[in-house]
Amino acid sequence: MSVSSQAAGAAPARRRFGRSKRVLPGFGLSLGISLFFVSLVLLLPLTGLVMETSGMTWDQFWFTVTDPRVVASYKVTLWTALAASLFNGFFGLLLAWVLVRYDFPGKRIVDAVVDLPFALPTAVAGITLATLFAQNGWYGQALAKAGIEVAYTPLGIVVAMAFTSIPFVVRTVQPVLEEMSPADEEAAVSLGASDGRVFRKVIFPSLWPALVTGIALSFTRSLGEFGAIIFIAGNTPYVSEVTSLMIFVRLQEYDYAAASAIASLVLMVSLVLLFAINIWQGRYLRRLEGR
Amino acid sequence: MAARHHRVGDQPWVRRSLVGLALGITLVLLVIPLVVIFYQALSAGWSTFAGNVMDEFTLHAIGLTLFVALLTVPLNLVFGTALAWSVTRFRFPGRKLLITLIDIPFAVSPVVAGLLYLLLYGRNGWVGSWLTEYDIQLMFSWPGIVMVTVFVTCPFVARELIPLMQQQGSEEEEAGVVLGASGWRVFRKITLPNIKWALIYGVILTNARAVGEFGAVSVVSGNIRGQTNTLPLHVELLYQDYNVVGAFASASLLAGIAILTLIAKAFVEWRQSRPEHPAPEKGGV
Repeated sequence: MSVSSQAAGAAPARRRFGRSKRVLPGFGLSLGISLFFVSLVLLLPLTGLVMETSGMTWDQFWFTVTDPRVVASYKVTLWTALAASLFNGFFGLLLAWVLVRYDFPGKRIVDAVVDLPFALPTAVAGITLATLFAQNGWYGQALAKAGIEVAYTPLGIVVAMAFTSIPFVVRTVQPVLEEMSPADEEAAVSLGASDGRVFRKVIFPSLWPALVTGIALSFTRSLGEFGAIIFIAGNTPYVSEVTSLMIFVRLQEYDYAAASAIASLVLMVSLVLLFAINIWQGRYLRRLEGR
Repeated sequence: MAARHHRVGDQPWVRRSLVGLALGITLVLLVIPLVVIFYQALSAGWSTFAGNVMDEFTLHAIGLTLFVALLTVPLNLVFGTALAWSVTRFRFPGRKLLITLIDIPFAVSPVVAGLLYLLLYGRNGWVGSWLTEYDIQLMFSWPGIVMVTVFVTCPFVARELIPLMQQQGSEEEEAGVVLGASGWRVFRKITLPNIKWALIYGVILTNARAVGEFGAVSVVSGNIRGQTNTLPLHVELLYQDYNVVGAFASASLLAGIAILTLIAKAFVEWRQSRPEHPAPEKGGV
């Protein structure tokens, strides 16, 4: 499929905003609405968390966030999120590749259904996966014969995380694959390089920044996932409790301070990840943002 | 020896096995789960399904969910459009930071989002305690649900508009202004037709998430049946009550919305890919 826009890097990017004078109206109004909204909806709520945690002494804070049950939840969350996002790295790359490179019956449906995890409420995903993977479920029965238990184990968490974050990798890798110019690849192939070699030496080098971004987005989403997980995880303390559930549990115990302490840690990690991904994207994927 | 193919993976056996694998995983991970929802919902027959859907509490949950979406979508539509206009049509210090800030809801766990609002507007929060004096309760009632839903869904419209508006540039709009049209007229006659489909797409995504939000809503709602129970929370309640068929009946309604979302998305993308003005003229101002 030919892409009408110029191939990446072929034409020098035009600077559209070089001028110094503002011709268009609405700067004050649009920025005013944006800043008001961002302050009220996104930033103001952070003050509640800051105040709640600043009411704790350092020892209290440390004691809360290093509670063995909470630490176990960090470990479970981290390794399951890592496993899920790596799985999505492979599967997402495969799907994006197939959708961009090949024509096959049902391609449109596959392309549409890739976004299902974003469209489907997480609670619905949760009860559905739990039902499928339960011992008497369609998948659970088959897996039980192989001696694999998914529902109510950490493996269930991986499944729920992988499901809810599949689209990230596909949708970040897809546009890069579409824009890739066939010239280098064809040259390498016609010079007799094997497919594996061309993939490693020509295709992968321009693909991996997008792939890393997709995996990182998938990882970030998985770290915070709640709805899909709680139904399938079994939520056994020390074994299959994720950190977002820990926050929820502390809230139900009306221990707002402890919930805030754990949440502030989680929030810090997600904000660092968010800024890191944005800087990374700004550097390597400028074309995704529309130049 | 001349190569028989031109691009990597062109050989029939590679193509067939990769397509087969992708289709297989898609079927197992995405399609069958979708089918299971409806299969379970209807497993006790149509009349049970209808009874489950027409149940008093289910109907209330549907109503509340639609009400929340109805308030959330217009708010975020205005915000997203204003934000996209300001960051794509003007350069100002802090512009990049602003673009990053609106991604916060995507990075933050929904439970943390709910907690943030609970801490601020709950009885002990500094805003909440002040509101309590005036007998205003936001948390554990519908305003709280709307507030966290606005938080969780606010990036969608802006995220759809920003890349598109950046790509399109502002030459056409500037021409309009130079020719003497008012700002609103330029927006309605030039900008809006150009961003129409991205805007619709943003609304669809906002709506889908607003209808389906679970984690954040579950922190601030209090889950009172017939009062503050949205449809996703209702699904959870029924499931915890071991009323699996009932839970899937409500879930099937949400899955129906999800399917409509996917169809609408495919349609919008198809419209977007068709050039509306053939060969746009790139005349300078």
